[in-house]
Amino acid sequence: MSAPVNAGAFRIKGAGRHTPARTARFSFDGKSYTALEGDTVASALLAHGVHLVGRSFKYHRPRGILTAGPEEPNALLDVSRDAARRQPNVRATVQEVFDGAKIASQNRWPSLSFDVGAVNDVLSPFFAAGFYYKTFMWPKEAWHKLYEPIIRRAAGLGEAPKEEDPDHYANRFAHCDVLIAGAGVAGLTAALSAAATGQTVMLVDEQPEVGGALHYDASTVIDGQDGYDWAQGAAARLKAMPKVTLLTRTTVFGYYNHGFVGLAERVTDHMARPDRDLPRERLWQVRAKKVVIATGAIERHMVFANNDRPGIMLASAARSFLNHHGVAVGRNVGVYTAHDSAYEAAFDLKRAGVSIAAIVDCRADPGEAVLAEARALGIDVLAGHSVTDTSGRLRIASMTVARNGGGNARKIKVDALIISAGWTPSVHLFSQSRGKLRFDQANQRFLPDIYAQNCVSVGACNGTDDMADLIDEAITAGGGTLALSGENRFEWTGGMIGAAEGAGPDTVVKAFVDFQHDVTAKDIRLAVREGMHSIEHIKRFTTNGMASDQGKLSNMHGLAIAAEVLGRPIPQVGLTTFRAPYTPVTYGTLIAHSRADLFDPTRKTPMHALEAAAGAEFEDVGNWKRAWYFPRRGEDMHAAVNRECRTVRDIGGVFDASTLGKIEVVGPDAAQFLNLLYTNAWDTLKPGKCRYGIMTREDGFIYDDGVVGRLAEDRFHVTTTTGGAPRVLHHMEDYLQTEFPHLKVWLTSTTEQWAVIAVQGPKAREIIAPLVEGVDLSNEAFPHMSLAECTVLGVPARLFRVSFTGELGFEVNVPADYGADVWKAISARAQGLGACLYGTETMHVLRAEKGYLIVGQDTDGTVTPDDAGYGWAVSKKKTDFVGIRGLKRPDLIRDGRKQLVGLKPKDPKDVLEEGAQIVADPNQPKPMTMLGHVTSSYWSENCGRSIAMALVAGGRARMGETLYVPMTDRTIAVEVTDVVFFDKEGGRING
Amino acid sequence: MLLIHCPYCEEDRSELEFRWAGEAHIARPDAISEISDEEFAEYFFLRNNEKGLTYERWRHMHGCGRFFNAARDTVSDRFLMTYKAGLPKQPIPVAEERAAAAEEKTVETWEATEGDAR
Ligand SMILES: [Zn+2]
Repeated sequence: MSAPVNAGAFRIKGAGRHTPARTARFSFDGKSYTALEGDTVASALLAHGVHLVGRSFKYHRPRGILTAGPEEPNALLDVSRDAARRQPNVRATVQEVFDGAKIASQNRWPSLSFDVGAVNDVLSPFFAAGFYYKTFMWPKEAWHKLYEPIIRRAAGLGEAPKEEDPDHYANRFAHCDVLIAGAGVAGLTAALSAAATGQTVMLVDEQPEVGGALHYDASTVIDGQDGYDWAQGAAARLKAMPKVTLLTRTTVFGYYNHGFVGLAERVTDHMARPDRDLPRERLWQVRAKKVVIATGAIERHMVFANNDRPGIMLASAARSFLNHHGVAVGRNVGVYTAHDSAYEAAFDLKRAGVSIAAIVDCRADPGEAVLAEARALGIDVLAGHSVTDTSGRLRIASMTVARNGGGNARKIKVDALIISAGWTPSVHLFSQSRGKLRFDQANQRFLPDIYAQNCVSVGACNGTDDMADLIDEAITAGGGTLALSGENRFEWTGGMIGAAEGAGPDTVVKAFVDFQHDVTAKDIRLAVREGMHSIEHIKRFTTNGMASDQGKLSNMHGLAIAAEVLGRPIPQVGLTTFRAPYTPVTYGTLIAHSRADLFDPTRKTPMHALEAAAGAEFEDVGNWKRAWYFPRRGEDMHAAVNRECRTVRDIGGVFDASTLGKIEVVGPDAAQFLNLLYTNAWDTLKPGKCRYGIMTREDGFIYDDGVVGRLAEDRFHVTTTTGGAPRVLHHMEDYLQTEFPHLKVWLTSTTEQWAVIAVQGPKAREIIAPLVEGVDLSNEAFPHMSLAECTVLGVPARLFRVSFTGELGFEVNVPADYGADVWKAISARAQGLGACLYGTETMHVLRAEKGYLIVGQDTDGTVTPDDAGYGWAVSKKKTDFVGIRGLKRPDLIRDGRKQLVGLKPKDPKDVLEEGAQIVADPNQPKPMTMLGHVTSSYWSENCGRSIAMALVAGGRARMGETLYVPMTDRTIAVEVTDVVFFDKEGGRING
Repeated sequence: MLLIHCPYCEEDRSELEFRWAGEAHIARPDAISEISDEEFAEYFFLRNNEKGLTYERWRHMHGCGRFFNAARDTVSDRFLMTYKAGLPKQPIPVAEERAAAAEEKTVETWEATEGDAR
């Protein structure tokens, strides 16, 4: 026989819903404990009498477990499976224990029970509200050296993991008729009702099991049976229905426009040995026709002096730990309340054998029913009394109780104190949906009022407290009919918001409103006194409600305290806005698969692998990977580019131009359409010819450029810049659909249809001739700017005689699937003749030697065709094209505009920096008058010197002038020249 | 994330599929090369950027590819209606107008939330 398992000295035999036979081992701060399966980290620690779990954010005060749910502000722990699978700031009240879990407390040094940072508590007068703003304003240098490091060390809650997250995350889209947030009595009932109508239903709950408040509320009877048991039965029935999806461990974290709802499903966090194929978490993006909000209510704490000691917790939390987990939160428990609900917690504890020191009720008249039951159970009730202080260093040891309005205080020994100031309806999702709240004066709470979307709130989040009313409301919300009865044992009364007796404006006690950010009632009053009158300003000044719990417990108290000091009614002071997410969502869930290689698509040309095998270095151009240069053994980039540049001009080179944007423009009005979209004239272009075209926007500035070939009367092959393809097509579609819809034209993106191999250089014809069939490549039959459809290696091809190098050149277009094979054959033949492969860097240098423009490098959206030296490309005959009017604007035709010119540094070895500014007189006082800037600059091996292009004011009238480029360490003198640096006569292109 | 009704596909589709394309019902002048600088400025540069009801162009970029017109309330972000390109400015259905007016009331604006902090 094995020894009985020690699942904790505070386990109550017969209480709770876990099986003693199923245990899990975990460690907390290095010490090993046994839990029962189904325990949260919080219930497992409490079972062993561990209340102290952390240190507070600002004052490093010892803190315990305050709640049993996602609203927990204190018990934030570091949970890990292994070195890489570690997550900080996990709420102990949400995380389920799994076998092997390693759990550690945070924000303490050197240990939890002795923490050096606690000196902040003594120094607290210096950490009052707004201290960040006031203390650390200046001197400026001190901010980096002193304040920021101190704040970072002091303010850190958890520590972010340093290793890459080895888990994976998933993403799913879904649609449904009704999405129900919350599977308590209201949510389950609404789901049953909706399912009965045949609608598709998604029922979502953040806890491992359905039931909501029934986890702690053991006295509610539904359909004649124990409420929690009824809930599990209802869930089983719903799961069996094909049109119902029931998701547990899933949080509805955001409610956006048009019924768009975000869910975070925790798939494996509770498992001891999760299947590695499972995602850790899953993001659901749901479009719901209707949303039923059944999110319940959250209990508030009492705001009184030293209300934050370990062992002080919400009454409903104590009830959850007892009724669901079978754990007593103490052996001698005090109760401090303003609401009847805490009495039921006392009754449950008492019946389980826990002694109740006293129920201290700040109300003079508690609910009669609970009062009678307390008497019957022999519990001492001190009505009209308050807890004015507590004692105990690392755990509460006593509460100080006094009659309201003065009187002798007495200390009552307790080892736990359970508290309740009443219930705050969870209107977060309603508020996120842009619904407007109203203030329920009688019950001091905000409730849904005006709906902005097709949603409905039911149950406690709608202020519906009575069980029979709640069931009716939920049935109606679901849209079906259902026979269901339910009743609470006690009707609850009471509740308060704001500071309790003994923590009022005339006191200086530390009565915490916001536990996670260490905000006290005094801080909020100070903020108002210092001039913060808007609740949004009070929030930011004090940081009340700005921690990761988003003030689920603190917002109403903070509001009431501010309203009191301001002397204004609560609705006038207003509530701060609730924002998504309802609870923190991991980045992993939000990005799902979009990481590493899948973060952004990578576009590769059909020849990519061959280029890589040939030793290419690649550069990113948009999403494209382009071969940059092809270094040989021992070559650096400079040497490789110089060799490539020389080889192309001396012999020949092969270049992958597949990334060029390509658009097929087809239809009887194709030429007319291009006439309208480009500055050039196209109706005069004969089939079999091509022409360089410039596209301007309506304002006259260059938008894109490229070679356009005419294949037939009604068919053009348009090329665009690599980066410009999508926006050029969009621009064309815009005009075709909305301004020129009468034109019969069809546009198709063909960028990825064609692999493009540019063959350039004196031997270009010799390289391709044996591979090409169906076209006479001679200069006479196929001159510069010709186009033919033919076959290359038997593959149907479009062959262009074009050049971006100034050399004799061809561009071979073959269907993308044949690109690799044709590239292999052409490059083998080229290399056999002494030609080389070249990349984008060489392409850039060679075109600059010829003064060819690159849109986006030499132009910037403020350059006209004439500015760039391409005035010849603007038709003078056309009566209309996009840009025709813009080009006539006074500023675009004035003298002195910046024009594209060449620059030659006086020292031919000096290579200018692209982007450098240009001035006429380097000795003028600063700020200097800038004449323009360098747009392109390279070492030109073929010219034996550096060359540059620049936009310079009145540039073409400055030929031969000396201008200056001031750099940080020197000034470079340059000569203004023509943009053509190589083969000025241009004979080589006709070779 | 909004749902937008494409008048060509005749379906409500996710905002992800669409791209905004500026104010609607600004026709390119017929004899554009003849217009004055002021007329060109009016046509090309100046936009109303109104708060509330606006007419604008959208494109079903990752769908049918068509440009269309939409009436949208920029306060509530509600699409009141969409209709095909080339049609004149369409009247807003009364029900939509009412719904938009009601929704505007629930929308959190800077004036409403931070206004008294000025
Ligand atoms: Zn469409």
